[in-house]
Amino acid sequence: MAEPILQVRNLTKHFGGLAAVDNVSLEIRPAGLHAVIGPNGAGKSTLINLLSGELSASSGQIIFRGQEIGLLAPEQRSRRGIARSFQKTNIFPSFTALENCRLAAQSRQPRPLAWMRDALSYESMMFTAKQVLAAVELSGRAGDLALALSHGEQRQLEIAMCLATEPELLLLDEPLAGMGTEESLRMVELIKKLSASHAILLVEHDMDAVFQLAQVLTVMVDGRLLASGTPEQIRADREVQAAYLGEPENRP
Amino acid sequence: MLHVTLPRWFLLSLVLLLALMPLGATTFYLQLGAKILIMAIFALSLDLLVGHTGLISFGHAAYFGVAAYTLALITPKYEAANFWLTLPVAVAAAGIAALVIGFLVVRTTGVYFIMVTLAFAQMLYAVFHDTKLGGGSDGIYINVRPELTVAGFKPLDLENPAQFFYLTLIVLVVVYWFLSRILHAPFGRALAGLRVNEQRMRSIGFPVFFYKLGAFTLAGAVAGLAGYLAACQFGFVNPEILAWHQSGMVLMMVILGGMGRLHGAVIGAAAYVLLQELFSSSALFGGYAKHWQLPMGSLIVIIVLALPHGIGGMIDLAWRRRGFRQEEVAQNADG
Repeated sequence: MAEPILQVRNLTKHFGGLAAVDNVSLEIRPAGLHAVIGPNGAGKSTLINLLSGELSASSGQIIFRGQEIGLLAPEQRSRRGIARSFQKTNIFPSFTALENCRLAAQSRQPRPLAWMRDALSYESMMFTAKQVLAAVELSGRAGDLALALSHGEQRQLEIAMCLATEPELLLLDEPLAGMGTEESLRMVELIKKLSASHAILLVEHDMDAVFQLAQVLTVMVDGRLLASGTPEQIRADREVQAAYLGEPENRP
Repeated sequence: MLHVTLPRWFLLSLVLLLALMPLGATTFYLQLGAKILIMAIFALSLDLLVGHTGLISFGHAAYFGVAAYTLALITPKYEAANFWLTLPVAVAAAGIAALVIGFLVVRTTGVYFIMVTLAFAQMLYAVFHDTKLGGGSDGIYINVRPELTVAGFKPLDLENPAQFFYLTLIVLVVVYWFLSRILHAPFGRALAGLRVNEQRMRSIGFPVFFYKLGAFTLAGAVAGLAGYLAACQFGFVNPEILAWHQSGMVLMMVILGGMGRLHGAVIGAAAYVLLQELFSSSALFGGYAKHWQLPMGSLIVIIVLALPHGIGGMIDLAWRRRGFRQEEVAQNADG
């Protein structure tokens, strides 16, 4: 098996007396989808925030491509190759869809301080921006303001922006939340396609999607890691069933 | 990002019209005109922070004042200083002050940013007010204006009101052009991104601190340019030039004209200076003229309430109704 791209060792985050993430260790392989599931308040989003640098850990290590990144700021982690989507759609609403992606691509330009040249005249940025819009099937809406897109399209756009930064690891925080059936199907297809070439850590409540997409599943409860394994192993795990899957409304 | 870019022919004819002003105007109006143009440069520099980057600086007079004092301090007592030497030195002094202060203040956000920019400006005020450095609270005179020579030839005499007016007009045009280029360049696009969604900028990998510091320093240097010209015009510098009133005034100009549009800053500066001139005219208001701040303040409140995007926003709207540059509006529209 290939060397893991991300290793999390004994990661802990305290908020006051509460351990939102409690001694969590996991490994993510260079391609494929690793899903983290668990009831509300299990610490899944906190975990993503710790990995992306939005929060800093109380203790533990985050090793990305062999290097400790636990002390790096979000922008530095982005530059190392980690991109993320947010639970609440996080884009530039007043910019066009294309500009959202172009700006993301701009962050990878080698000469950020070429002050006088028109930003739209950089062909490489425009090429990347159009390419990632095409990858999420939003080419037709390139010229529309992001705020005019539907909720589902905005989430696709956010993923396109992630792709424009040419990441190796994608952290997706509930990409299906609030989506209609059709939008969900499209997003699941997109994530499946991306997981062939990227390492993806997915936090999601939609169990159908999770079991369809994930090669590895990790279950968190109360900030702790309850179980980790293939979807089959997790489905068969009694402890997991009792803690989480057993609740009828969540049953796949 | 820019809301509506006024068409080039419009801006050029406006500049041409202004360039014709010295043919007919009296010295009084030329000096008033130069004052407006200088304040427009000052307001443009602040709008780069407030309107384009989303950093509400309440201490922007500091950099204006630092450049003004620099000119006053390096000008010899009885002879003219060299324009080509003193201008870069004064602008650099303002830029360095903004770099140093910016290094500390751009880490803060929101109301804290407003407070610390104000605090640093007041510290500089205290330095000039309470030490002998620049003549204390009495200020310091610039007896002779700098001399602008090119190869032994004097194209513009700064002592001549018409020619000084031309100098300020040229500087304003250059600053306007320079800022509009920058705002369209990757750097400016990143500043727009910062204004709209700073968290997203971080998570797509922008070193936010350096972009903010760059904007803060640039804005400080351009404010310095305005401060230098103001010191030239009035021949006198005192601590009030970097007091919080001055910072508040330029912020008012930016808001009055409509934040985030270059022409807004120019319009706001013109509107403010002209309104002040109007309400403080004793020919019109007699004894009430000395209370000009009262009608001025009331009118500003009314304008801000009636026109949330300032006077510039109203003009943009008229422009859009005419369908002008619709595609540009669509690309850059804001909230």
